[in-house]
Amino acid sequence: MTRKQKRLTIIGGGMSVIGVAVLLVLFALQDQIVYFHSPSDVVEKQVVPGTRIRLGGLVAENSVSRGQGTQVEFAVTDTDHTVAIAYAGILPDLFREGQGVIVEGSFVPGNTVFVADTVLAKHDENYMPKEVADTLKEKGVWQGSEATQ
Amino acid sequence: MIVELGHYALIMALATSLIQSVLPLAGARIRDNGLMAVAAPAAITSFLLILLAFIALTVSYVTSDFSVQNVWENSHSLKPLIYKFSGVWGNHEGSMLLWILILVFFSALVAMFGSNLPASLKANVLAVQAWITSAFLFFVLLTSNPFNRLNPAPLEGRDLNPILQDIGLAIHPPLLYLGYVGFSICFSFAVAALIDGRIDAAWARWVRPWTLAAWTTLTAGIAMGSYWAYYELGWGGWWFWDPVENASFMPWLAGTALLHSALVMEKREALKIWTILLAIMTFSLSLLGTFLVRSGVLTSVHAFATDPLRGIFILCILIVFIGGAFTLFALRAQTLSPGGLFAPVSKEGALVLNNLFLTTAMATVLIGTLYPLVLEAVTGAKISVGPPFFNLTFGPVMIPLLLAVPFGPLLAWKRGDIWAVTQRLYLAAGVSLLVALAVTYFATGAPVLAGIGIGIGVWLIMGSLTDIALRAGIGNASPSVMWRRLIGLPRSAFGGALAHFGLGISVVGIVAVTAFSTELVANVAPGGKIQSGPFTLEFKGLKPNSGPNYSELQGAFSVSRDGENIAEIVSAKRVYTARRMPTTEAGIMTTGPNQLYVALGDETPGGGTVVRVWWKPWVTFIWFGAIIMSVGGVVSLFDRRLRIGAPARRKAGAAIAEPTT
Repeated sequence: MTRKQKRLTIIGGGMSVIGVAVLLVLFALQDQIVYFHSPSDVVEKQVVPGTRIRLGGLVAENSVSRGQGTQVEFAVTDTDHTVAIAYAGILPDLFREGQGVIVEGSFVPGNTVFVADTVLAKHDENYMPKEVADTLKEKGVWQGSEATQ
Repeated sequence: MIVELGHYALIMALATSLIQSVLPLAGARIRDNGLMAVAAPAAITSFLLILLAFIALTVSYVTSDFSVQNVWENSHSLKPLIYKFSGVWGNHEGSMLLWILILVFFSALVAMFGSNLPASLKANVLAVQAWITSAFLFFVLLTSNPFNRLNPAPLEGRDLNPILQDIGLAIHPPLLYLGYVGFSICFSFAVAALIDGRIDAAWARWVRPWTLAAWTTLTAGIAMGSYWAYYELGWGGWWFWDPVENASFMPWLAGTALLHSALVMEKREALKIWTILLAIMTFSLSLLGTFLVRSGVLTSVHAFATDPLRGIFILCILIVFIGGAFTLFALRAQTLSPGGLFAPVSKEGALVLNNLFLTTAMATVLIGTLYPLVLEAVTGAKISVGPPFFNLTFGPVMIPLLLAVPFGPLLAWKRGDIWAVTQRLYLAAGVSLLVALAVTYFATGAPVLAGIGIGIGVWLIMGSLTDIALRAGIGNASPSVMWRRLIGLPRSAFGGALAHFGLGISVVGIVAVTAFSTELVANVAPGGKIQSGPFTLEFKGLKPNSGPNYSELQGAFSVSRDGENIAEIVSAKRVYTARRMPTTEAGIMTTGPNQLYVALGDETPGGGTVVRVWWKPWVTFIWFGAIIMSVGGVVSLFDRRLRIGAPARRKAGAAIAEPTT
């Protein structure tokens, strides 16, 4: 092979690998990402049932109730709107009423209860999931002073 | 008093670093040996000063001096002693100080052991190191000073985040930082070479041990972090594609690529410009990681309480260093002479392929990590990019790379014979295929991909064994000759083979856990039984217990197999007194390479307890493989040609370095 051909082989090979990777990334960014919504967004925007979303806010006071086995029901609120959540499994250590939480899952068609398969709370007493903090700031119910300590 | 001394030492270190940033560089420009000679003592002085500051902070932690704000916020008088030591870096300010300590530690090593470097290169390298040191010292002194005092001093501290009260904190951050920050040396060497406008094989040989050392510790650090998250968080997962994990994984991918491209540059003087670019890229990713973790733009266990000023400050450091280095690269790269030629099918070609796939994989991780931030900044939409994205992009890019790995070491330099190499790999390929078929056949209900995945792992393992066997001449030499050849092989040959072997082990572990682990969530009352894997767990009930700074509810399970009682697992829910913060202490039983993992949940109204049990076959292989990779790095680091250094600028040691191929 001549020098030019060698170079072309290498560049061509490289380009095709990168091309495939770009296609994969574009495809994945279309299908595999999950949007974050606040309870108000959910009410206003009408999320299509079955779409995976993340929903964040505060766990509403007096909303946690245990059902059969590992079933738990609670509600997530941004003080304007409240969404009922159904979850089966273990809640995170720092899950508490009145605290910030993010749940991931989807609405079942024909029902207003959000079925979550993942519940995320914070790792640290002083820490609020950023998305939740932003939502609460927008709603004017932010009272944390986490940023200043 | 010692606190003020530490603060003062930090300011003095900044002064020393500023001198070290300027004088040696000027000296290298005007060829003034006196000015260049300032670099080494200055580097050692900064190291000693920052060590002093670090010791000062450690002393205030150990003596629980709550008049220091940082100690008050993150410590408690009842905290066990080991966490008083490791707690020094269990917070933002302290961990930045550790970051800088390791940075100047590496500078001091170059200053002390770089006697075989040309004077101008050494001066430039140390000057670039000092720029980084100065920038971060400014950052610490202006926005994150660990030595701020409180008046009046509180009586009791607020305690360290309980999740961090673990032996993992003593090991994971120092190892990770040694890796992250170790790449700064490669960066400094690259920038120094660009300033010098000169680069050759000797440069690659000088850079290689630093790359190896950084890569080795980063590998171990990531593995340690993964295991820590696995047992501490109680979620049973070992990798979450969390942005912070990605932040450490990206420099690892780029660093692995650098390790391989430096090999080509050292042996064949090819890929010079690319290697320089990779060196800059690797450390840039380390800086990006520091920014992502420290600025609080992300939601994560690593994000301590944040302050927007800090984020902006680190972002500026990031822009100046990455932007500056890439600008310099753009201006000077053409002046570097191009290197040797090679055929596409050759060891060089294989290493280019390795680099291509690794950097592409790195790019997919980078996009997945930054896309949510960019999207939110541009459109305001908030999204999360989770495991499905990475499985779909990172996975497919890695598979061809893993398949190609065993070919690389067997190909000849310059022009290789792919057909001959394939023939040598028949045995390895046969064994892997058999294993893949056996897994698919016997593991009913497992996805077909599991068989393929495990087959790939075995292919890597067999490939590395084949490599060593061929080098030793197994099959065509007498045992004594073989043995002598095996002993005589350069350490780097063993190191490389070990690293690939470890990679194979990790792949087997990852695939096995992904495909065969079972998870079960149940609500059990005392006396209730749970079946997991081959075991039966009987819940014995909860009983209270207390430790030095926490109280807990322990749930005990007796584990039996075929009716025979074999072990007891204790899992607990703890509440740390000072912060009133609950944590889950997973109960883990290791049998062979497998683990049974039990996490307690809440108590339910009927007197039961929610329990989560995982059966994780082969899970320990994941970390065990990473440790083998690190050991490979260490073995390679002790290779003769690196130990004796490279006094001559060209060719020296080439005969030793290159065994039969």
